[in-house]
Amino acid sequence: MKYAALIYSDETNHEINPDPSSEAFGPMMAGYMAFGEKHGAKLAAGEPLTPTAMATSVQVRNGETLTTDGPFAETKEQLGGFYIIDCDTLDEAIAIAADIPHAATGTVEVRPVPDFHKG
Amino acid sequence: MLIDTHIASVAAKEWTKVLSILTSELRDLSLAEEMTQEAFVKAIEQWPASGVPQRPGAWLLTVARRGAIDRLRRASVGREKTAVVARLEQSISPAATAVDTSLVRDEQLQLIFACCHPALSLETQLALVLRCVLGLSTKSVAHAFVVSEATMAQRLVRGKRKIKQSAIPLHMPDDAVLTDRLAVVHSAIYLLYNQGYLSGNQDKDPLDVSSEAIRLARLLASLMPESSETKALLALLLLIESRSEAHETDKTIVLLADQDRTLWRWPLIDEAQHLLDQSLKLGKGGLYQLQAAIASLHCIHDPEATDWTQIELLYRSLITAADTPVVRLNHCVAVAMTTSPAQALVLLAPLEEALNNYHYYFSTKGELLYRNGQYDEARQAFERALSLTQNKKEKAFLRNQITKGQL
Repeated sequence: MKYAALIYSDETNHEINPDPSSEAFGPMMAGYMAFGEKHGAKLAAGEPLTPTAMATSVQVRNGETLTTDGPFAETKEQLGGFYIIDCDTLDEAIAIAADIPHAATGTVEVRPVPDFHKG
Repeated sequence: MLIDTHIASVAAKEWTKVLSILTSELRDLSLAEEMTQEAFVKAIEQWPASGVPQRPGAWLLTVARRGAIDRLRRASVGREKTAVVARLEQSISPAATAVDTSLVRDEQLQLIFACCHPALSLETQLALVLRCVLGLSTKSVAHAFVVSEATMAQRLVRGKRKIKQSAIPLHMPDDAVLTDRLAVVHSAIYLLYNQGYLSGNQDKDPLDVSSEAIRLARLLASLMPESSETKALLALLLLIESRSEAHETDKTIVLLADQDRTLWRWPLIDEAQHLLDQSLKLGKGGLYQLQAAIASLHCIHDPEATDWTQIELLYRSLITAADTPVVRLNHCVAVAMTTSPAQALVLLAPLEEALNNYHYYFSTKGELLYRNGQYDEARQAFERALSLTQNKKEKAFLRNQITKGQL
């Protein structure tokens, strides 16, 4: 069973999301290293994302590609990264998601990934 | 007709066990529920002629398992399903030891924990509990929540789909989360009880949801005999229930101090006291235990003898454990008795912002002001309370407070 853990957090808050050049960046990364070490066996994938200022939203309408600067929706907390967790039950996924450092300051949305090959 | 009622009640007693065993075997709540339902329909068709089997639970389970085997065979067969079918066939073969539905503690708990999983919305939890754990019909559950049958059916389907698709575990929660998860179940039962109280006020509720909540609390207490809070929750519900008849007449509600205590159901109170004693032996200071202790101090024959000092202390403990404006409001009532209405009013004032739309806040305020000799302010408070409730009996009570006090 696979679950996506989508990490939402206020990217404008530099205490929660420090700049790579700042002193607070190291400890934050260390938190993610520790998380990876603890749960690595059950993580199928995982990536951070650049801030929403780097986002380009794409829509195709009547065969025409429309691109817009910025994220799909303006929200208080933005998608800042994700993991794909591979485990047996939602309880396990919740326990792992709760260890993601940003769960303490933002929100981690856990969504099952459907398995269309399974009967 | 009499026989049918008898058959229905014999069968109903087995519902939770049959569905929980089948759910655990199939790892699929929807299919298990459907097959259990079909087995119950067959029982009601066949038992009037054949007589009630000696072990109705085993009969129902076997029929439900056969139904599941047929269903799985007809569906496209994956490797997993073949294994399930093989295991089910084993379990209904004559060689298999007889099914003992009297000892299915874990399976029943697993079902309760799955239906009360915190990943499900509260309204979904309550609906699933009534339908799956207690075996009520979708129609009855819809009545209880004052929604159409179609809406309720939809809610149940979505709930079961989430359990399946997000793999909400159908096994016991890990020890690390057991206490938290048990608290979710407690809170669902408590809200279910209150739902019964609310819908009961609408004079058209064919189902006694409060009794169902107590039935579930009893079941949980028997499955979790070492849980202090489960016993305390059951005690609390029994204490509230014991006074429910005296709490209101056809026309109005009656305050605790004015209730006819001969109408109280004293056997329930005795049972609750006993449960509370057991709860205290198992552990101290849980939220339901504190509330049950307060309720039990109120449940004595002579209202004049109420130990308000002890009640006030318990409310203080409750504030330490769970500080909410409503708990503080109740604390004020106790302070009025131990110290003075004036002192209670001082403590009450800061709660007004949070409880600005709560009629009970203003009726309490009115009562305290009245006892403090501030009649004009008391009238204003009662009138504000009147404007905040639609309940006819509450309104009659508040109007009476105004006339009685000549305000």
